[in-house]
Amino acid sequence: MMSYKDEQLSEEKVFKDPVHRYVHVKDQVIWDLIGTPEFQRLRRVKQLGTTYLTFHGAEHSRFNHSLGVYEIVRRILLNFENRPNWNNEERLLCLCAALLHDLGHGPFSHSFEKVFKLDHEDFTRKIVLGDTHVKQILLKVSDDFPQKVADVINKTYEDKLVVSLISSQIDADRMDYLQRDAYFTGVSYGHFDMERILRVMRPMEDQVVIKASGMHAVEDYIMSRYQMYWQVYFHPVTRSAEVILSKILHRAKYLYENNYEFALKPTHFLSFFKGDVKLDDYIRLDEPVVLYYFQMWADEEDSILSDLCVRFSNRHLFKYIEFNPNLQMQEWMELYSLFKDVGIDPEYYLVVDSSSDLPYDFYRPGEEEERLPIHLLMPNQELQELSRLSDVVESISGKKRTDHKLYFPQDFIEALPDDSKEKARIFEILFN
Amino acid sequence: MFELLANHAKLMKFFLASDEITGRKKLQKMIYILKKCEIPFEEKYEFHFYGPYSEELTLRVEELCNLGFISEVKEKKSNYFQYRYKMTSQGEDFLNHSQVDLPVMDEKIALMKEKSSRFLELVSTMLYFDHLSKQEVEEKIQAVKKKQNYNEQDLQEAWDFISDLKVKH
Repeated sequence: MMSYKDEQLSEEKVFKDPVHRYVHVKDQVIWDLIGTPEFQRLRRVKQLGTTYLTFHGAEHSRFNHSLGVYEIVRRILLNFENRPNWNNEERLLCLCAALLHDLGHGPFSHSFEKVFKLDHEDFTRKIVLGDTHVKQILLKVSDDFPQKVADVINKTYEDKLVVSLISSQIDADRMDYLQRDAYFTGVSYGHFDMERILRVMRPMEDQVVIKASGMHAVEDYIMSRYQMYWQVYFHPVTRSAEVILSKILHRAKYLYENNYEFALKPTHFLSFFKGDVKLDDYIRLDEPVVLYYFQMWADEEDSILSDLCVRFSNRHLFKYIEFNPNLQMQEWMELYSLFKDVGIDPEYYLVVDSSSDLPYDFYRPGEEEERLPIHLLMPNQELQELSRLSDVVESISGKKRTDHKLYFPQDFIEALPDDSKEKARIFEILFN
Repeated sequence: MFELLANHAKLMKFFLASDEITGRKKLQKMIYILKKCEIPFEEKYEFHFYGPYSEELTLRVEELCNLGFISEVKEKKSNYFQYRYKMTSQGEDFLNHSQVDLPVMDEKIALMKEKSSRFLELVSTMLYFDHLSKQEVEEKIQAVKKKQNYNEQDLQEAWDFISDLKVKH
């Protein structure tokens, strides 16, 4: 009898996909994993969090993306079959890790992780290794299979080539999200010739490398990554929505800690407020649930919580200015006092947001072994770091672009009495 | 008062205490090891090819350089580049306005500065697996760090170093 790990569906299943055209599934294990409640939950977590408030098309989910990463890895492995350095015994492990790599993402992951000091990777591990449907399926492959999948996702698996397919500077994860995010946001950058990259990928002892003849396709990929970071991921309006979202969570937590009586008991949030989030609590809190609470909290008596929730729901976001914490330190301190004087709580309504608060990563050559760079395989079989050969990549990977923005509710300031000296001074600092 | 750039200020405290840091890899591992010693840095780390690495830390250090709070000097070595970091007078001014409070870490920093980045890579990787037993940690090191060829003596030195760190300030 055929073992579960080798079982194939009697007929191949396909998912229609706007980025890869079709996602193909033939392995019974993959089909079963897709059907688990933990994987289906990813339909209710958006891939780009609050970005839909800036780019209205960006409603795609982590479910879409996870299938996409699986499909890319599947295609890479078709190309790797029978090549030196590749052990096809690792195929199913790669496919499962690709499919499940984002399983632990919660609603609006980034803000939740920051405010409640959580780590989605911990939850991915807990879902793969805990008392879940996913674990039951992985166990049917072999006793040690759940741990192997967790190790690959955690990047601590001993075969680094396997890890590098899903997590490296040119991996299936990035190749999917760049194209998918470009498609759903509707921006024209973010596209690159993935088919070409897949054709020139070669397995080496502990990493995937790119045949030197494919350098220009990789340049395009690096450029699209660069463009997407600045045009989509770092968009100041999205950052404004993130600022408000974080402040809602901070405020709700603060109120809970100070025995505030919520009109609607925040049942789904209690373990988050208490700092003891169990797996079941985590899985139950998806984005529709969070948005339901925001709508209910809009009617709360607490004026700060209510106002922030109305802002988020109605996209009535904070305005922003460029801010230099070095040159404008005194002004910031003065603004802080002025906001207090006029009754606008600066802790919630005067927020400095730095580019490092959204840690999307740029291509870095890894000059001192901080992280592994992209290597090109030369005709003489030597490896060369990408930016040493590509002027395009060299010019953007060395470029440091960081910024800080100051977010504030301009409508609140405008609503202050016209004869208010504080109002005049706030405007002067912000806009002169 | 609500703290402006609190996480940046914490890093500045580190640069103040360390005088000068040579090497990005060393910087990455030192902050990770301090985090594991309960110094409340908030940069998020993930496991990478060369051990724990934080993109957030890399970005924040870039921001500190761009703001003029720390200086970065790039030096060409035989087949790679090396970076040196030091606090500037503007950085000191910034820190004077800050009320961020961190536990004392001077002795820990001094201990780490004496060590190579290769050794700190070993120590930080061992600490990354600190939920495992000693034997499991050593097996994991041999599995994920094959190319670094750490021998028994290196491992023992790293265990002793970790014990030392825990009692230092």
